[in-house]
Amino acid sequence: MAVSGLIMLGYLLVHMYGNLKFFQGREKFDHYLHETLPHILYPYLPEGGFLWILRVVLTVAVVVHAYAAITLWRRNKAAAGYVGGSRYQTKQNKTGYQRSYSSFTMRWGGIILALFIIGHVAQMMPNWLSPGGASDSKYDRVVNGFEIWWVVLLYTIGLVAVGLHLAHGFWSALTTLGQNHSSTRRGSRWTAISIGLATVITVGFISVPIAVFFFGAGS
Amino acid sequence: MNITVRVWRQKNAESKGKMVTYGVENVSEDMSFLEMLDVLNEQLTLTDDDPIAFDHDCREGICGACGVVINGQAHGPQVTTTCQLHMRSFEDGAVIDIEPWRAGAFPVIKDLVVDRGAFDRIIQAGGFISAPTGSAVEANNIPVPKDNADHAFESAACIGCGACVAACPNGSGMLFTAAKITHLGLLPQGQPERDSRVVGMVEQHDHEGFGGCTNIGECTAACPKGIPLDTISRLNRDLLGALAKGKA
Ligand code: SF4
Ligand code: FES
Repeated sequence: MAVSGLIMLGYLLVHMYGNLKFFQGREKFDHYLHETLPHILYPYLPEGGFLWILRVVLTVAVVVHAYAAITLWRRNKAAAGYVGGSRYQTKQNKTGYQRSYSSFTMRWGGIILALFIIGHVAQMMPNWLSPGGASDSKYDRVVNGFEIWWVVLLYTIGLVAVGLHLAHGFWSALTTLGQNHSSTRRGSRWTAISIGLATVITVGFISVPIAVFFFGAGS
Repeated sequence: MNITVRVWRQKNAESKGKMVTYGVENVSEDMSFLEMLDVLNEQLTLTDDDPIAFDHDCREGICGACGVVINGQAHGPQVTTTCQLHMRSFEDGAVIDIEPWRAGAFPVIKDLVVDRGAFDRIIQAGGFISAPTGSAVEANNIPVPKDNADHAFESAACIGCGACVAACPNGSGMLFTAAKITHLGLLPQGQPERDSRVVGMVEQHDHEGFGGCTNIGECTAACPKGIPLDTISRLNRDLLGALAKGKA
């Protein structure tokens, strides 16, 4: 769970770096995507080779993460000792003592994320699913897509889900790997760092659709 | 004060239980929670009802026998054991829901009593040292850094009540297990068996059907002895270390 999650988080940071190149304009953005990325480690790797390695690693990480999540979910459901539909019959203190909203939404949030990722990957296939109109320029496709309100909305939902998932996930991964030295969850600096990181990633990614939709960037 | 309690009643391990409502009158706010249940049980006995079964022993917060979920909180609203909780923590006229610990690994035996034998078996899987210690030696013969001594002592305070499991949304017993790992792992006497201890105890923990920890932190908030959450990271460090050495 922890290791596969951290791999994906590492990728997200690089991915965000790429997205922010959008603000450097059409030429730089397309150059980065069409020229820079396929030539990483070239000529040691064939053109596009690094991207294929990345795709394989990420796919494995996603599969491992999902498999671990489903196994853990089932195990923990059995371990919680439900009677009928709920664990405790009382209506009071249903949300526990101090658990965070993000920790509460790891599972359903994760499912939203899985759907988002499937849609997102489908949309990245060369000119396959192209809301707003296809183009050979990725920059134009970004602009075309983000001029539609529901694309912006779906993207925002996806990114908020990413943020919530990371706010608990990063802290949790580090704790699993033995890095928490605080006596409470709230008191740990990793909790603060996780929330900061989640915010940076969410805001970083969302800045592109906001710029296109509200401020007419790129048109 | 007069209160109403809704209690989980279950005849035995096989039968299905349900919440049953009782009124309790003339409760003194200086009574402990268990004394309030005693009063209720006297009342039930007089009417030839079956008294409510609940676990207790020392009634001074040190044995770990007592423990029920009160209004959805393990040991109730204060950070203490159920026996040390007083009725002044509740309002006059309150409706109080009382349920047993819920966990797959803690099956209900009767009413509010659950079988916590799983904890004993986790301890048997490594929560001890097997060095022959003889009679007590002079305390300063084996120097222990103050910081380690303090942390070991803090973890040794775990009374094995099981509130951490009852509060954990995953029904995980990691805090209990980690308290013991920390206690022994920080002291010189615990070193020879440090690797086999963590592997054995975690294996037994999983085998008993406790859930996996997802670092929510409800356990520490519920723990009457304030066992800190970093014990779990310490357990994970020891476990990763032991696995890296091939001690699985
Ligand atoms: S860690 Fe705390 S809550 Fe869990 S068994 Fe020990 S004393 Fe009870
Ligand atoms: S009865 Fe011993 S701790 Fe409550």
